[in-house]
Amino acid sequence: MSPAVSRIARLLGVAAIPLAILGVFFALPVVGMVSRGFWADGTFDPGAVLGVLGRPRVHRVLWFTLWSASLGTLLSLALGLPAAHVLYRRRFPGVSVLRAALLAPFVLPTVVVGVAFRQLVGESGPLGFLGIDGSPIAIIAGLVFFNASVVIRIVGGAWESLDPRAGEAAAALGAGPWQVLRTVTLPALRPSLVSAASVVFLFCATAFGVVLTLGGLAYSSVETEIYLLTANLLDLQAAAALSVLQLVVVTGLLLAAARARRTPDPALSRILARPRRLSSGDLPALGGTALLGLLVAGPILALVAGSLRHDDAWTLANYRALATTGEQQALIAPVTDALVTSLRTAFDATWMSLLLGLTVAVVVTRRSRSVSERRVRSVLDGVFMLPLGVSAVTLGFGFLITLDRPPLDLRDSPLLVPIAQALVALPLVVRTLVPVLAGVDDRLRQAAATLGAAPWRASLTVDLPVVARPLLAAAGFAFAVSLGEFGATSFLARDEHPTLPVVIFGLIGHPGPMNYGMALAASVVLASTTAAVMLAVERLHVPVGSF
Amino acid sequence: MTRACRLYSSALLTAALLALTACSLVGGGDSSAGEPDAEGQPTKVVLVTHESFALPDKLVKQFEQDTGLDLVIRASGDAGTLTNKLVLSAGNPQGDVAFGVDNTFASRALDNDVFAPYAAAMPAGADAYALPGDDDHRLAPVDNASVCVNVDTTWFDKQGLAPPKSLDDLTDPAYQDLFVLPGAATSSTGMAFLLATIAEYGDAWPDYWTRLMDNGAKLTAGWSDAYEVDFTQGGGKGDRPIVLSYDSSPAFTIGGDTSTTRALLDTCFRQVEYAGVLAGADNPDGAQQVIDWLLSPEVQQQLPTSMYVFPVDSSVTLPAEWAKYAVPPADPLTVDPAEIAKNRDEWLTTWSDVTSR
Repeated sequence: MSPAVSRIARLLGVAAIPLAILGVFFALPVVGMVSRGFWADGTFDPGAVLGVLGRPRVHRVLWFTLWSASLGTLLSLALGLPAAHVLYRRRFPGVSVLRAALLAPFVLPTVVVGVAFRQLVGESGPLGFLGIDGSPIAIIAGLVFFNASVVIRIVGGAWESLDPRAGEAAAALGAGPWQVLRTVTLPALRPSLVSAASVVFLFCATAFGVVLTLGGLAYSSVETEIYLLTANLLDLQAAAALSVLQLVVVTGLLLAAARARRTPDPALSRILARPRRLSSGDLPALGGTALLGLLVAGPILALVAGSLRHDDAWTLANYRALATTGEQQALIAPVTDALVTSLRTAFDATWMSLLLGLTVAVVVTRRSRSVSERRVRSVLDGVFMLPLGVSAVTLGFGFLITLDRPPLDLRDSPLLVPIAQALVALPLVVRTLVPVLAGVDDRLRQAAATLGAAPWRASLTVDLPVVARPLLAAAGFAFAVSLGEFGATSFLARDEHPTLPVVIFGLIGHPGPMNYGMALAASVVLASTTAAVMLAVERLHVPVGSF
Repeated sequence: MTRACRLYSSALLTAALLALTACSLVGGGDSSAGEPDAEGQPTKVVLVTHESFALPDKLVKQFEQDTGLDLVIRASGDAGTLTNKLVLSAGNPQGDVAFGVDNTFASRALDNDVFAPYAAAMPAGADAYALPGDDDHRLAPVDNASVCVNVDTTWFDKQGLAPPKSLDDLTDPAYQDLFVLPGAATSSTGMAFLLATIAEYGDAWPDYWTRLMDNGAKLTAGWSDAYEVDFTQGGGKGDRPIVLSYDSSPAFTIGGDTSTTRALLDTCFRQVEYAGVLAGADNPDGAQQVIDWLLSPEVQQQLPTSMYVFPVDSSVTLPAEWAKYAVPPADPLTVDPAEIAKNRDEWLTTWSDVTSR
């Protein structure tokens, strides 16, 4: 075997475990569902599937999905960037609490956020005069509410360890703050910006609850359409057509993103710059952060206020009730039990996604010796993003029909939920780690090897210190994704132990003022638990400044 | 640097240990449960159902004690998701018995041979809820609830306006911009209302919907969005006093010594939920025992409090608030389940066209 081929073989060997898991828990179910549509009534009929793509309704749905997701992504970036700057490059009292709190919206169940949003902007709400209830503006606002935190976290993580000296040098040579941002900072941040943008786009394009609840049923996206076709009408042919469409669009996006991410020289010096105090130059960034803060705080305040009301009085009754099974025993288990189940599931999902994510990130960032090797690495990079771009409904039904026989009789496995959640979190983990690992100068590893270090030792001394903080950030991310995950979880069979978002969904779907209050209170508990976990992760001080 | 390494390895070690012990779900399950016993008899029975299924632990324990079987409950999605999952896994089902397929989806399940026949002994009055066309007893009715338009009587009293009574009244300009309802495409409650209008108006139902929308009816995604946000008596204190909900809902809006809402009994569509033994079940005997259990007086009595539905057993005593405020319609609107299965797609498409204009 030639050295180049054997390098690629070794590379695929390392990637084999994550690839196998992706194959069983993603490719197999999706292919299973899609082929059911192509083989309608036992005969292969691709014409009928392609015919679906010609329907005007499909064009409308595709167009809406594309423009709403693009706009949602752009606005999340526009509002998330200033916040990332303020929260990761500046120091002021309470900054770490604020950082942790900004990730809270990310885990809130959409059904509850929908209710909270609509209480503000609905006909009788305090912002009802805006008249945006049921409009695309409300949908976009909802998308930004959920996704700005993703931008802050991914970009902030890279920004935090960006060497400030290049910018300072430019400033010393007379560049204004905007010029420094445009010519020095943003180019250096490009890999993480593109990473954040592609993840957020996938989240926006597959948003389900936000589009239905805030759009007042007037708008359909590819995701809501697949849900209707699969879960309600059982029109697998049309669902397969849309799933294929979804895959094609997502693949195209990932190719474009990979191209945009490529930088001529990814090696950047990484140091943990000491955050500076706020100054008057930060006013524009502070303005952007404040705007985002308002957008996030509004619905959350509505939520908290609602959770403290019962029988037209301020009370903690809703919170006290969380330890019971609901006013009318609507729940099998108290909400507190569900929180424990959620935390345990999240723990499993986190270590799974970290293990897989770290392997993938290492594989795709090692320096390639040949063009074909680089191609293999970038294809691998993209493949692990795919689960985010595919409908949870397709995946959920696919699990049922493909993992149903030995040796893969896994559809009842208690591990199915954490695995599904780990797959959803995996792209976030990879996208958080890759920009940082790609920035490590390969010469450092070579130097370590020259000095006699074994490959694992070289990795431990060169990569680990650089990746330590981003790894913590990724762990927090994965944990939060798992805590809040509802789409895939609700489609998988659950045992007697539902997770918290599932319980909240059950509570808010039943009459009775106490159930409503408890749903809001449980959401506040879920959000604050997430914020507390994030804060704890931030507090784990990793001594990285020493290299 | 070495300090960092040591710190790291200890952190990793801790994480690994935690994963192996209390924090994880892995290895937490009792893997021996459900294996056949020495005589090869199955020791567990699996009930597949939807997300709204809920019965107190006490009743489940009692069943397990009485039958010696371990009852495993697998719940996910809504009635539509449940039915479609059963259809897709027909022949190699995920469990032994299913509960929660309703009369709007039942025909699809029967057409695809999801269920095996079982003629359970029916409690008093349950025959009235039997699925039309199910001649070999594949589905046993377990509970029912009617989707009805509800009004906030306190709001109408205050305005000095008589509340509407019929479907026709909802298109009266006197009630302009007062009605909120979940949509038929995204909510089973909304679907039931669409079926009510089809039963009432026949082929002219799209005209009715045009008039309804012209009169300012507001559509939401789900029941909770309509009831808890826009309805005047919901949790969010909205501004619309007419909402689509259930015949039992007035039992949950009691203020002082009376209910503040009332269901309009001439606007109701009745949903019946069924249970059936799954064709190809590993434990068909256990499945039959689960159906008998669901029809037993103990479970039937618990249905209103746990699942917000009426029992099919007419001899069961209802909870006090239900007996007083939850009045089921005497003569609900109905559509033949076979018709629903045949036309669901076309009706929903037409409905989407009419309402999104």
